[in-house]
Amino acid sequence: MTTNPTSLDTLNELEARVHDLEVTARNTGQNLDAAITPLRAEVDRLRAAHTPAPKAALTRWERVQLARAPGRPTALDYVEHLCTEFTELHGDRRYGDDPALIGGPARWQGVPVMLLLQQKGRDTKTKIKRRFGSANPEGYRKAVRLMDLADKFGLPVVALVDTQGAYPGLEAEERGQGWAIAESIRRMLNLRVPVVNVVIGEGGSGGALAIAVGNRVLIQENAWYSVISPEGAASIIWKDASKAPLAAEALRLTAPDLLELGIVEEVIPEPTGGAHLNPQQAAHAVGEAVTRHLRDLMAQSPADLKSGRAARFRRLGAYTETT
Amino acid sequence: MALDRFFRRRRPQQQTGADVPDLWTQCPSCKEGLYNRELQANTFVCPKCGHHLRLDASQRVQVLLDEGSFVQLSGAVHPTDALAFQDTESYLDRLKRAQQKTGRPDAILTGTGTVLGVPVTLAVMDFAFSGGSMGSVVGEEIARAAEHAARHGTPLVIVTASGGARMQESALSLMQMAKTTVALETLAEQGLPYVSVLTDPTTGGVTASFATIADVILAEPGALIGFAGPRVIQQTIRQSLPDGFQRAEFLLSHGMVDAVVDRREQRAYLASLLGLLTRREARA
Repeated sequence: MTTNPTSLDTLNELEARVHDLEVTARNTGQNLDAAITPLRAEVDRLRAAHTPAPKAALTRWERVQLARAPGRPTALDYVEHLCTEFTELHGDRRYGDDPALIGGPARWQGVPVMLLLQQKGRDTKTKIKRRFGSANPEGYRKAVRLMDLADKFGLPVVALVDTQGAYPGLEAEERGQGWAIAESIRRMLNLRVPVVNVVIGEGGSGGALAIAVGNRVLIQENAWYSVISPEGAASIIWKDASKAPLAAEALRLTAPDLLELGIVEEVIPEPTGGAHLNPQQAAHAVGEAVTRHLRDLMAQSPADLKSGRAARFRRLGAYTETT
Repeated sequence: MALDRFFRRRRPQQQTGADVPDLWTQCPSCKEGLYNRELQANTFVCPKCGHHLRLDASQRVQVLLDEGSFVQLSGAVHPTDALAFQDTESYLDRLKRAQQKTGRPDAILTGTGTVLGVPVTLAVMDFAFSGGSMGSVVGEEIARAAEHAARHGTPLVIVTASGGARMQESALSLMQMAKTTVALETLAEQGLPYVSVLTDPTTGGVTASFATIADVILAEPGALIGFAGPRVIQQTIRQSLPDGFQRAEFLLSHGMVDAVVDRREQRAYLASLLGLLTRREARA
């Protein structure tokens, strides 16, 4: 089915307004039901009109496209839905501040956490500013700094992954892109606090892994995670990026694939047709899953958190052994 | 006249060595024809221009370790095709070909030995095997080498040569970046040194994981080292790249490696460095 983008925008706007009212009601203790109820009914009606009929199974390439759908919630959209008191902290204290990888302490459904977010941007201007979520070395070095704070103050880390990969620029190389990613991986592996990762859209290569080596790695139903983007693989194999749909099949990069391979612990369901059709429902599912894993991990000792995480990644891989 | 033609036909063959590969190698940089025995004695560095030729894993072991000291650890772990990866060719066929070409199960050789008497655990990547790409076997063997070093109290030396993570194992390859890091932390907790030697080329997931978290990072002269490949960067920024970009000397000047060490000096350099870091008594 085709969706009308204008009314989809209206739906999302309405949804946001309902959400704002609910937050105000919660924070101030006012009863705003009279305002909320009719709006909520309108939201439900519009959504029903937009929800496509369930489809048997999506191809891998169709899922990649859903992961990139215009209007798919970005990391900050999830934060707005699920967090209060997000205090963004800037800069790596060495070179600069990277708008592609941001973070800071926040309350995640009431739980104080340290957030690490790959933020793609919502419109053309912010997408360019944030380099579509492709971080420079200073982004990964900021992540390391924030992880240091998390460790020091006992804050669990919640990292939302959404990038096609680390930024492949000249200056990124000059400033040690590989070094910065490697250091971020090492820092996260050594944390003595719980770490929960969610791939919320694209999980491209080392640039994604840099903040995805937690105790629990979750992925949304229509997100992808792979060693290389389908376009990158297609240009290596067939010297033709337009063969990306074929590469997507070969790479087995969808959420169900990754669950089967043991790369992720859980697939978080998305609203029918994709997270962009109902950001609030998508956020609700992400919030519930992350909070459940956080609560579970917060019962573990710092030493167990670190050794459990190490054991998780020490195991991963597929090989045979002769004796 | 006849004599002249006779010489003209013979001489180019002798100069390039193309038809007698067992005796002669042409330097890829200065194009000089080099006598193999002389080249080997010179640790496969061109005696004319100083170019460091690429080595396979056995040659690397020969260049770094004391003669006869190498005891191999790797070899029992073999690759599988967990994803049934198929592109223009099946992954299994690619593996078979690379195995026949190199005589190794995968792109890695590990073992123990001594460097001028200093005991080390050594892991060497083999660029001749599928571009030195890192899949599950490379990750596992490097992890085991690091754990072996931790258990036996030796320093670890890893020589990298890799195009990055192996595409045909997709996310499983990616996870090797984390796995190797986990094992290297085990070594670090024992207070044992880890030195990486980055050789031509070292890029992608290897640069973004174990290669660059070493206590000391060395690089071979002229080696291409980076995260993104030059072609990808050029496509992104749409301008030409400066001379020497991503070469070992470029990285040294940007503070990314500790030293660029000529291959002919590496043994002495490593023995001295590891001796100091492990506080060994000076040799008489």
